Amino acid sequence: MSDKTKKGTDAKTYKFDTLSLHAGYQPHKNAGSRQVPIYQTTSYLFDDVDHAAALFNLERGGHIYSRISNPTVGVLEERVASLEGGTAALATSSGMSAIFLAVMTLCQSGDHLVVSSQLYGGTVNLFRLTLPKFGIKCTFVKPRDTEGFKKAIQKNTKGIFGELVGNPGNEIMNMPEIAKIAHDAGIPLMVDATYQTPYLCKPFEHGADIVIHSLTKWMAGHGSSMAGILVEGGNFDWMQNDKFPTMTKPYEGYHGLSFAEEFGPTAFTMKARAEGMRDFGPCLSPQNAWNVLQGIETLSVRMKKHCSNAEEMVKYLLGHESVAWVSHPSVPDHPDHELAKKLLPNGRGSMIAFGIKGGKDAGVAFINAVKLASHLANVGDTRTLVIHPASGTHSQMDEATLKFAGLSHDMIRLSVGIEDIDDIKNDFEVGFRAARKPRLVSNQ
Amino acid sequence: MKFKVNNEEVFASTGGRPFDKNKPLIIFVHGSGLTHMTWVLQTRYFAFHGYSVLALDLPGHGLSGGKSLKSIEEMADWVSDVIDAVGYKEASLVGHSQGCLVTIECTSRYPNKIKTLSLMGGAGAIPMNPELLALAENNDPKAVDLMMDWAHGPAGHFGGHPVPGLYHINTGGMLAKSRTIKDTLGVDFRACDNYKNGFEAAKNIKIPTLSILATDDKMCPVKEGRKLADLIEGSKVDIIDNCGHMMLLEEADRVLKVLKNFITKNFPAN
Repeated sequence: MSDKTKKGTDAKTYKFDTLSLHAGYQPHKNAGSRQVPIYQTTSYLFDDVDHAAALFNLERGGHIYSRISNPTVGVLEERVASLEGGTAALATSSGMSAIFLAVMTLCQSGDHLVVSSQLYGGTVNLFRLTLPKFGIKCTFVKPRDTEGFKKAIQKNTKGIFGELVGNPGNEIMNMPEIAKIAHDAGIPLMVDATYQTPYLCKPFEHGADIVIHSLTKWMAGHGSSMAGILVEGGNFDWMQNDKFPTMTKPYEGYHGLSFAEEFGPTAFTMKARAEGMRDFGPCLSPQNAWNVLQGIETLSVRMKKHCSNAEEMVKYLLGHESVAWVSHPSVPDHPDHELAKKLLPNGRGSMIAFGIKGGKDAGVAFINAVKLASHLANVGDTRTLVIHPASGTHSQMDEATLKFAGLSHDMIRLSVGIEDIDDIKNDFEVGFRAARKPRLVSNQ
Repeated sequence: MKFKVNNEEVFASTGGRPFDKNKPLIIFVHGSGLTHMTWVLQTRYFAFHGYSVLALDLPGHGLSGGKSLKSIEEMADWVSDVIDAVGYKEASLVGHSQGCLVTIECTSRYPNKIKTLSLMGGAGAIPMNPELLALAENNDPKAVDLMMDWAHGPAGHFGGHPVPGLYHINTGGMLAKSRTIKDTLGVDFRACDNYKNGFEAAKNIKIPTLSILATDDKMCPVKEGRKLADLIEGSKVDIIDNCGHMMLLEEADRVLKVLKNFITKNFPAN
């Protein structure tokens, strides 16, 4: 090793903010284009027959058809993998398709998953109603019931899944402990970290094996494009037991390839792409990948503002006469306040759940009255968003399921944007005034 | 596949094809602290084009049993034992970094067994940075971070890998952390530092030899690689631009192209 390497013992690999702008892309390989080009194309020329065969057989890297991979999408995938500290990533058309693809890469008919009960309503329905149609059953456990995850593991359990911070109640999974439970059972932990982004938390550093994002949310920020991604940590040993034959045994679809043996720390992503994208095809459009890349360029700047605004809103709501309760990990009496300090050192996120005095009617009045805050079924936009989950995102749940998911009729979900904080508060005052009116009428 | 050498279990990737003793054998030897998986973008091609391939996990590395061997000379003898263990009389060797020291020494010791030699990021000696060596021997993950930093060229630090979605700095780092750092990287670095016979061994090599070097290789710079190549009669040198020491991941396609041309010409498949 030459003297040129003797320059101190701190690695000079690029840091988060630099990776947000540059990772996954080399301009000199793309006609010198400083911005990532949009490869709005479906297919790619082969040099010759041998080249074509080598690509189809995973002997070498490259693009064949944009359902499987695309150069613009590839930049996004590498960028997110770099930010998460992962080995590889695979972008999909939405966060839901990323979850579905992760499950279908991991499981087959007859398998079982242990799943946190505090999830986005669509995800609950995937695990509760849709996956059983494929022969994959799930046991739901409340996210704070760490021992419950252990008890729910069966012989055919292939993984644990959860949202790091539950939707919409802000319950936090004890990720390090649940990861240990998973690893002791020889199964991976899959974490949906959409709410956090890698700026607030890097789940691989706390034991997660697969990280999933809806890129539609904070990662993109602009609310213009649907996108999802699964990222692989590269540390899970698929060959440690016989639970994952589709990862470890020869796969007929690729001339007897064993993904784990050949691709090791990127095996899961390789299988998800080679099999899942080939057979299911939930590919991300190059335009949407490019749109998301524009958002990621400012991720850390935006997340700081999201978090500082959220903390201001928490203080405001805690002191408000119309608010019954506030749930946010920054609140000292939040049950996961200490855990949040450990897992979310750069900020506790910008999702707040609060209860409005007056219950459902007051909630409806509040939502209808606010003008700056947008009433819609999304989170993580740069603009402030509100919704009443019991009548919106989780409206397909029955009463018992709503209760199990930790939802109440007075709950309002607030995704704090990056507008001027005074303007958000003023808008909420309008909402609260409207919410008080029906109660006054009914009290008379 | 798994087989035994000196009563210890050895793992080697066969490039995704069943091992076939009727085909010429290419053996790939990884660098310090790494595993067979560093070769995945070279081995599969040869396995599907008329060769039997063994991308080895050195003892104590990856999926192989046993303890890490403490000297380059022991590793060289072990590679020769591998050839015997799988029932071959000859093979073509491919090495990366420390693997170059091993394959040079092996070729010098067993000239009749080795038919071609391909060296990537090779040098006649690889003296270690004392701080890096100390970190690895103290089991400090910082050793892996530093190795991945120094082993990738400026372009490689940005990513942009031909395998869609693969972020190769983290992938290389994960391979180096797959076993206990002090027992793999620490032992390997010490073996490299102690090895002094590279230039003498190179003088004994009379077989077709290829050195693939990279312009931004800080760990085994081009001038060191050339110094070694100059000692090997008829040795060919190929230099890859804008690439660092981890060329087999960083510029996998370009490495494969050069390697393919050299091996198919000098060690043709049946």
